[in-house]
Amino acid sequence: MGLALMALIWLITLISTYFFVAKTWWLPVGAAAAAPWIDGQFALTYALMGIVFLAAQLGLGYIVWRYRDRPSAPPAAYSHGNTTLELVWTVLTAVLFIGLNLMGSRVWASQRFEPAEAGAVQVEVTGMQFAWYFRYPGADGTYAKTSPKLMDPSAGGDAAVGLDTNDPSAKDDVVTSTMYLPVNRDVDVSLRAVDVIHSFFVPAFRFKQDAVPGLNIHMHFKPTAIGEYEIACAELCGLGHYKMHGMVHVVSQEEFDKWLAAREAEKQ
Amino acid sequence: MATPATIHAHAPQGFIRKYIFSLDHKVIGIQYYFLALTAVFVGMFLSLLMRIHMIWPTAVLPLVGEIKPETYLSLMTMHGTIMVFFVLTTAPQGGFGNYILPIQIGAPDMAFPVLNMLSFWTTFIAYLVMLAAFFVVGGAPLHGWTGYPPLSALQSAGPGEGLGADLWITSIAIFCLASLMGALNFITTTLDLRAKGMTMMRMPLTVWSWFITAILGLLAFGVLLSAGILLLLDRNLGTSFYVPLVVVNGQVLGHKGGSPILWQHLFWFFGHPEVYIAILPGMGVASQILSTFSRKPIFGYKAMVYAMLSIGFFGFMVWGHHMFMSGMSPYSAFAFSILTMCIGVPSAIKTFNWLGTMLHGRLRFQTPMLYAIGFVSLFVSGGLSGPFLAQPVLDIPLHDTAYVPAHFHLIMGVAAIFGIFAATYYWFPKMFGRMMNETWGCVHFFITLAGTYAIFMPMHWLGMAAQPRRYSQFTELAYLQRLLPLNRFITYAAIITVAAQFIFVINLFWSMFKGPKASDNPWEATTLEWTTNTPPPHDNFGGVTPVVNHGPYEYGVPGAPKDYVMQTDPAGSGGH
Repeated sequence: MGLALMALIWLITLISTYFFVAKTWWLPVGAAAAAPWIDGQFALTYALMGIVFLAAQLGLGYIVWRYRDRPSAPPAAYSHGNTTLELVWTVLTAVLFIGLNLMGSRVWASQRFEPAEAGAVQVEVTGMQFAWYFRYPGADGTYAKTSPKLMDPSAGGDAAVGLDTNDPSAKDDVVTSTMYLPVNRDVDVSLRAVDVIHSFFVPAFRFKQDAVPGLNIHMHFKPTAIGEYEIACAELCGLGHYKMHGMVHVVSQEEFDKWLAAREAEKQ
Repeated sequence: MATPATIHAHAPQGFIRKYIFSLDHKVIGIQYYFLALTAVFVGMFLSLLMRIHMIWPTAVLPLVGEIKPETYLSLMTMHGTIMVFFVLTTAPQGGFGNYILPIQIGAPDMAFPVLNMLSFWTTFIAYLVMLAAFFVVGGAPLHGWTGYPPLSALQSAGPGEGLGADLWITSIAIFCLASLMGALNFITTTLDLRAKGMTMMRMPLTVWSWFITAILGLLAFGVLLSAGILLLLDRNLGTSFYVPLVVVNGQVLGHKGGSPILWQHLFWFFGHPEVYIAILPGMGVASQILSTFSRKPIFGYKAMVYAMLSIGFFGFMVWGHHMFMSGMSPYSAFAFSILTMCIGVPSAIKTFNWLGTMLHGRLRFQTPMLYAIGFVSLFVSGGLSGPFLAQPVLDIPLHDTAYVPAHFHLIMGVAAIFGIFAATYYWFPKMFGRMMNETWGCVHFFITLAGTYAIFMPMHWLGMAAQPRRYSQFTELAYLQRLLPLNRFITYAAIITVAAQFIFVINLFWSMFKGPKASDNPWEATTLEWTTNTPPPHDNFGGVTPVVNHGPYEYGVPGAPKDYVMQTDPAGSGGH
């Protein structure tokens, strides 16, 4: 029985470890400035927790087999513990866990406490059951007023976000259902939700933030590779949650300018 | 005044007073246990339907028909709610705590037997109200077990958000009341009814775990109750505690100025301690069983007690780690994440001490021990994904992906269930006077442990590959296609593991009537429940008040006539 139990625990441990080490399934390829940082911290945490996992599980399996009851086994040791050992592993665990945490906090701070770079692209992201809309403020750099009363999701476009066309700055506001971004420029997103909570998740950018009704949340990130990336909704928002997706097209600056100009022209 | 002793001078004779509206903590404990047993089968069946729908979305199933995306979300909501409240909170504490705690401290009953009966029947009503949500127009709610408003607060936000959601929140509120009554009873009993010589530091670790769990329950359920009442007001009386101005399907609703994040704070202020409410009794049971079946005193008894106390203490200061992506101030994430890492330390201490207990022991592999060892393995595996999720920066890619259900199912779901299994196999002889079948217990264990890992280990990989949780289908996002084989594998593993649970149920009921008769102390254990008859008489000790002379885990005592010294053995028979 001891042997069977050891075999099972070791087998589970080794198979699990194999797939983690082989990276058969892993984080998607990163395409934003924060990705290498986050992935580095992930890999470090991974290595450390992996060592603890292997040591603990293999140790457990070994102990189970080694100290199984059998006629030839020595009597069980009569011991109530060892205070020095307790202190050693308490301190070691505390240092490991808290140290890891402090290392990761630098990346968090750079992303969340500092504002977007000057000259960042402005995009407003609005989530509603079950679609994403993206608004660019246009040449005047100002988002026009929106009003809940004007919101008409079935109409899409400007009407979906409730754009107030009487506001003069509404003229050059562009509302789309696909996101376009220039590569290597910081993006200042402001996240809104009109009905329930949604979460704007772009796995390749290592970016996720809830969009909460009543709040306007400012975040920033910088795409670093041209390509198309999927947006998922990561907060349960109702029956269509699983299909609330969108696309981000990261293009060169020229292409982005051309695309935006074409959208503006369409409006006129 | 009616003290437990006077109430229990004479056992009631009528069927109803004896088995239905019983004041006897042992009967109430068994009632809680069977309530949880039916609930766990409902919850497990729901999860099976979910897994089947994920990989065969158009399958028409017997009994339930075709599962629509909103049905999937209802199944998911009810699975989570039923499992957390009516299984993980009910079986370890209400079931085993009720049955065993008074006996382990040498008391004739709980401090307030009537309150005890009332808390069981209140729980039962809550359970019926919860199940009723399936059968009303619109069906069960789809807002998840965490019920985030505005989704949970608006009738028009989706199917199931009408009467079903009202029943859901009402049931939880009733459950809170029941848990508050139970918590008061456990705390008072532990403090006031200990037998002579049963000092706090001689209490079995199971008693400590139930005691600390009760304190957590007392502090946490009150908050959930208040939060739930506010949600009911928002839903039905047009208040705006949680709902700001929102537009649903082009309709401007009448709410103004509420905060969706307020609910998250209140919910997780309850919700995080709740995970310890689920797992602490399992820790106590694992300690008890590992010591007994290793024939060795528990390694670091005091450290175990302090570790549980600090888990309880820190457990109330880490709720924000569920909310790193919520829009809460990013500065507070620092505090919550450091405190979360701190709570990992006592958890690690417990693991070291369990290994230390087995080291140099003589391990007997009866079924309770197998499950206790499985518990340790799962606790380690589930625990080690904690330091990922506790770092806000790693929470960015992992939050709300399959990584999170992988983590919490291993640690507070299945590890806690393994605690319940261990406790069942361990105390069954005392409760029902017969032994369970060892061979089938062993078969059940091996399939369940392997199956559990086969289900939940791959979920970590899905989460790393950014598969969001709470998705009924993986057809819309292109990058999820490649994960389909893994999802299929999980579903197959789930079907096998669920099937294996019938081995357990058959073993349970068969042994209840046909198992070999159990002796008073079949495991050669030391704590008080093993000093009395099997099953214990109505007042637990047959009119005798036990006197405690020893610590709870005196095994392998050098010079003692047997390899163990029971807590009631005369002083001077060796041991502490």
